[in-house]
Amino acid sequence: MANETGIGAAVKRKEDARFITGAGRYTDDIGAHGQTYAVFARSPHARAKLNGLDSGAALATEGVVAVFTGADLQADGIGDLPCGWTVHSKDGEPMVVPAHPPIAVDKVNYVGEPYAVVIGESLEAAKNGAEALEADFEELPAVVDLASAASADQIHENVPNNQTYDWELGDKAATDAAFAEAHHISTLEIVNNRLIPNAIEPRAALGEYDAASGLYTLHTTSQNPHLERLVLAAFVQIAPEARLRVISPDVGGGFGSKIFVYAEETAVIWAAGKLRRPVKWRAERSESFLADAHGRDHVTKAELALAEDGTFLGLRVKTLANMGAYLSTFASSVPTYLYGTLMAGQYKTPAIYVEVQSLFTNTAPVDAYRGAGRPEATYVLERIVETAAREMGIDPAELRRRNFIAPSDFPYETPVALTYDTGDYEASLAKALEHADYAGFGARKAASEAAGKKRGIGFSCYIEACGLAPSQVAISLGAGVGLFEVGEVRVDVTGSVTVVTGSHSHGQSHETTFAQIISDRLGVPFENVTVLHGDTGRSDYALGTYGSRSLAVGGSALIKATDKIIAKGKKIAAHMLEAEEEKVDFADGTFTVADSNQSLTFPEVAFAAYVPANYPLEELEPGLSEKAFYDPPNFTYPAGAHICEVEIDPATGVVDITSFVAVDDFGHVVNPMIVEGQVHGGLAQGIGQALLEHGVYDETGQLVSGSYMDYTMPRADDLPSFTVDTTVTPCTHNPLGVKGCGEAGAIGSTAAVMNAVTNALGVASVPMPATPETVWRAAQA
Amino acid sequence: MEISITVNGRSEALDVPDNALLADVLRERLGLTGTHVGCDTSQCGACVVHMDGAAVKSCTVLAGQANGAEVTTIEGIGDPDNLHPMQAAFRENHALQCGFCTPGMIMSAIDLVQKADGQLDEGDVRDGLEGNLCRCTGYHNIVKAVLAAQDDMKSA
Ligand code: FES
Ligand code: FES
Repeated sequence: MANETGIGAAVKRKEDARFITGAGRYTDDIGAHGQTYAVFARSPHARAKLNGLDSGAALATEGVVAVFTGADLQADGIGDLPCGWTVHSKDGEPMVVPAHPPIAVDKVNYVGEPYAVVIGESLEAAKNGAEALEADFEELPAVVDLASAASADQIHENVPNNQTYDWELGDKAATDAAFAEAHHISTLEIVNNRLIPNAIEPRAALGEYDAASGLYTLHTTSQNPHLERLVLAAFVQIAPEARLRVISPDVGGGFGSKIFVYAEETAVIWAAGKLRRPVKWRAERSESFLADAHGRDHVTKAELALAEDGTFLGLRVKTLANMGAYLSTFASSVPTYLYGTLMAGQYKTPAIYVEVQSLFTNTAPVDAYRGAGRPEATYVLERIVETAAREMGIDPAELRRRNFIAPSDFPYETPVALTYDTGDYEASLAKALEHADYAGFGARKAASEAAGKKRGIGFSCYIEACGLAPSQVAISLGAGVGLFEVGEVRVDVTGSVTVVTGSHSHGQSHETTFAQIISDRLGVPFENVTVLHGDTGRSDYALGTYGSRSLAVGGSALIKATDKIIAKGKKIAAHMLEAEEEKVDFADGTFTVADSNQSLTFPEVAFAAYVPANYPLEELEPGLSEKAFYDPPNFTYPAGAHICEVEIDPATGVVDITSFVAVDDFGHVVNPMIVEGQVHGGLAQGIGQALLEHGVYDETGQLVSGSYMDYTMPRADDLPSFTVDTTVTPCTHNPLGVKGCGEAGAIGSTAAVMNAVTNALGVASVPMPATPETVWRAAQA
Repeated sequence: MEISITVNGRSEALDVPDNALLADVLRERLGLTGTHVGCDTSQCGACVVHMDGAAVKSCTVLAGQANGAEVTTIEGIGDPDNLHPMQAAFRENHALQCGFCTPGMIMSAIDLVQKADGQLDEGDVRDGLEGNLCRCTGYHNIVKAVLAAQDDMKSA
């Protein structure tokens, strides 16, 4: 039976019914009886001593319930916000970690850093109270420029040179030797611009404390409620995990920015306990700009050594990564293990050496943003490959082909610590070239030129490492948490199925795709499967959603759980049909005995498990509910080819994307409609980085791009329609053969756009974002 | 101040502060949380509702300005068994992911299609939705959905 709602079908989404009718339930839609409102007082200075704080007038403001300072939290034993990945420097020393109190105590280090929280009976009262606070700041010179941060004023007492670590990966001597042999060396100095994530739902939190049970409940906009709970329990010391429930209801996009544990929900849940009243907070957009963790922000010098025929011999990369003012939850891992490890790309470069110095500045903390390290790596690699192709006069598609890891080379061990399981890079590129009509590019360019326009084409053949990752490998590299996932399949008495997953959906559509998997495996009608997620009170400890891991890791856990269900179902069926267990088969929702006409449906077996009249109770527990933890043996390696074609009007500098083709290999696809949607969204963010978005601080550390008037979000009229297609080499090490699709669009597209823009302009490099002004200037040169 | 407004066909008499925003009154007082608030500068469009038949950003309308008006929110245009063609087209074309921008997007799109009287092409839809931000979909499927709904609304 072909299952029309099974794996591979473009099933319409379950979650849409509530979202298109306004019945979604986001954190800010939830209220509690007697709730109070929190407003955070935020530093107006990038760097200052906080010599005193007079909250008298604030407390006297009508409707103000309380004012809490960083000292209040500290006095109550509330700990720092931790960074969960310890990266080691070249010399073997662990990274240097500055103190990060949730609310600043005696100094502030970025504009927007909270230094007090005011709780009011109404939002207005809390705002009035916050305005009445009198803080005595002593301003200090701010460190803003990343390139000079190491020699600037020291921000944190315990962090010399503002450096948290100086990390390396790869074989330096072998790489130096490769460069000594080179026929040609291409060099590129590039900046990966700072981005501000801007999920359209602002972060929010509702903290409640139940004095009767001592139970804390935090509703918050988190991509990983269990991680939130772990940090709040073990590090911040709110309460033991067993007395802390974290619920992420519907969440309006995350893109990484909602992975992290922030000051605001920490203060909200703590204050709820102190006041014994619910406390509610929702970020205003201007707060999101200031205080959500930002993304990217690298300065890099890269060199590629090539042989005469274009064979890559060696790659050298030296990067400065901006951490902002503090180490956010996973900040340290982004420019290292999610960046340096990707420098082989799709190529057989034999020698690679990467150095990354991560530095503090007086800016908002920087952490994972869609792609996290992998877009930065792809940008470096694909820009320098394109540069080399141009310098050596080799067609950029051909240069890539000459250096691709071939299908016969897998499993392929890179010189930067990864082992790719499978792939066919040539196939994706070939398909993309066809969609892009590469052969016709010359004619289109000529036509543009005749019309006074400049046309360019750019490639990006990216790879990413997703489905993070074998726990033991990650932990040996400094991760503070395991990276498995949990899935629970509860077969109900009548044969419907409730699935509880530790993954979280904030747009990814787990309620649909996970139901497809269950429907496919158990033969249960799609509409009879309900997927629950986002609640530490419902699922076992799990790691949540980031790094395109939900399906590859969370989906695999579900497969393991369904295997257990089927195995137990066979035992039950064998007993009921008086057959040998080995003779019982299960397919399409029916247990059958080989060589007989005896069979039982899945609901019949489920019913027998819960109403065990004819049931082997002495050997088998009743019930049909199984849980599995899945720890992936390797990363997955989605890869693909993106081709962007642009036309530039040299008179205005406006870049028009005339075509964008993305051909991706995600392994098997559970729902092609949803996968395409994920690619579209990623492309928009990658193109946004290339042409529009820019998080800018002025030299005093004020955020210049702090609203939608100054930070250019991609809008409908900024983007083209996309041509999206796939090729398939199934992942070899997870049961679904899937690789993950959430980040690919953002990882591959930025380099393709910038390669197209520089190709059109005939220049080596243009800074991002390639705004009309920037492009116009480049066009005049 | 005392206001009376008709929201999704129901008349409501409310006492609201002078500075209350329509978005907040809809959400907090009437429990219509389908109208979302995504920004503080009137630029994301998550809050779009219809006031006397035209799309407005409800974060930028004082509740007092809505006195006497007919307001329609996402909750008022259809229900799961009887979707508005625009709602159906969004679902059919996978024009939403996290769903946060969706109510405002749908309300803007309905207004856009109605005003254009069935004459929109892709470029018009892109221009017309320029006031609504979506961070998830890259707009590709939203544009498809609006064009599909335009056909459905014509034939309806
Ligand atoms: S909330 Fe953003 S425009 Fe109204
Ligand atoms: S669907 Fe998430 S913002 Fe549009």
